[in-house]
Amino acid sequence: MIKPSHFTSLLLVAIFASTVFGITMRDTPKRMLRYGFYCFVLFVGSAILLSWVMYFIAR
Amino acid sequence: MGSADNKAAGAANNTKQGFVYLPLIAGWLVPGAGHFLLRKWGRGALLAISIIALYALGLAMDGKLYSGAQDILDLLGLVGDLGNGLMYFVGRMLSLGGDPVQFTTADYGTKFIEFAGLLNVIAAIDAHNLRTGRKAS
Repeated sequence: MIKPSHFTSLLLVAIFASTVFGITMRDTPKRMLRYGFYCFVLFVGSAILLSWVMYFIAR
Repeated sequence: MGSADNKAAGAANNTKQGFVYLPLIAGWLVPGAGHFLLRKWGRGALLAISIIALYALGLAMDGKLYSGAQDILDLLGLVGDLGNGLMYFVGRMLSLGGDPVQFTTADYGTKFIEFAGLLNVIAAIDAHNLRTGRKAS
């Protein structure tokens, strides 16, 4: 059994989901790559942002 | 020029023949298979790698494979799991996955498996859209 950290799990989900989203939501390879990268940044960026929000709410 | 147009039209006709839902069903049963049937090798391989890796990581994290539904949340989990197609049924036959969820990472793993199923459904529908021409390429 493997036990990745919360952040590692997030990165794994973000990588694989962004790949699928990029391929299925756009038509051309260039646009797929751009959309996949965009989704990845949104996944990771929003998680980091919300983590900081929760950190300050908890204080 | 004319012969190139004819070849392109011929290729388009070839892809329009046969059972129209085959890529959808194949894509659901085996991740990426719908795209492979449409000769989208690169896309199919990337989809297969992504979905199978997510499912395998979920199992490796001792995630749970839902076998039935006691309440609405279980039912949603089961629907997500069923999206994995053959991988789900093979996993159930081999009694893979942890039950009940005892660790935080096992809960993540359960979500990984459900998410892989939902992504597989998206990929299968994309193959169907390519097959019917709703998506250009």
